[in-house]
Amino acid sequence: MDDLVTHSVCRFMVPFVQLYGVYLIFYGHLSPGGGFAGGAVVAASIILYALSFGRETASRRIASGVSQLMESGGGLWFILVGLFGILLGANFLANKAAGFYLGTPGQFFSSGIIVLLSFGIGIKVASTMITLYYNLSAEVDEHGNDI
Amino acid sequence: MITILDILLLLFLIVCAVAVARIRDLLSAVILFAAYSLVMAIIWQMLGSPDVAITEAALGAGVTTFLFIAAISRTQRTE
Repeated sequence: MDDLVTHSVCRFMVPFVQLYGVYLIFYGHLSPGGGFAGGAVVAASIILYALSFGRETASRRIASGVSQLMESGGGLWFILVGLFGILLGANFLANKAAGFYLGTPGQFFSSGIIVLLSFGIGIKVASTMITLYYNLSAEVDEHGNDI
Repeated sequence: MITILDILLLLFLIVCAVAVARIRDLLSAVILFAAYSLVMAIIWQMLGSPDVAITEAALGAGVTTFLFIAAISRTQRTE
């Protein structure tokens, strides 16, 4: 699809949408949002890019293999951060009991490991939806191989 | 308290839902479904849950529409 209007609007909108998604991920413990909503917004921006510029151009930015790797990495990151609670002598995903820095409520560095967990969830959700789109839009021949 | 805006939004929601089920053109149904999700997001916000509203706007009006359009572009546009 080669259209000047879609290309211009998409090129203008995608950075702002991505900035908003990253803001939602990293301020999820202070304001509405969080890992799931922010990851969905980031994924929507990249799928919008892939719809308007074509799947080939988008997979030069984020390849399908990289997206699948990020999907596994997000889940592993969540488990790894959770295991730190056990290493420090408390339960899985322990926050205050494991002695993480809690800070003053309302400031950015204020909730221990919740920001790190939101980051992992955001990566996981975004790359899952991008992989979903890549798999849905893949062209296959009659034997099921990728073209 | 139910205001006129609430009634208008809920009526629009019902009309969109019925139209999605009855329309023959699949691309029009997808666009109507996006409008349904957008109005639903506004209603979530008015009900006092901005978290759900953000997710509904991003998933319902954004990602779901893109995935449906990708599926339609691989298949036929009419039923």
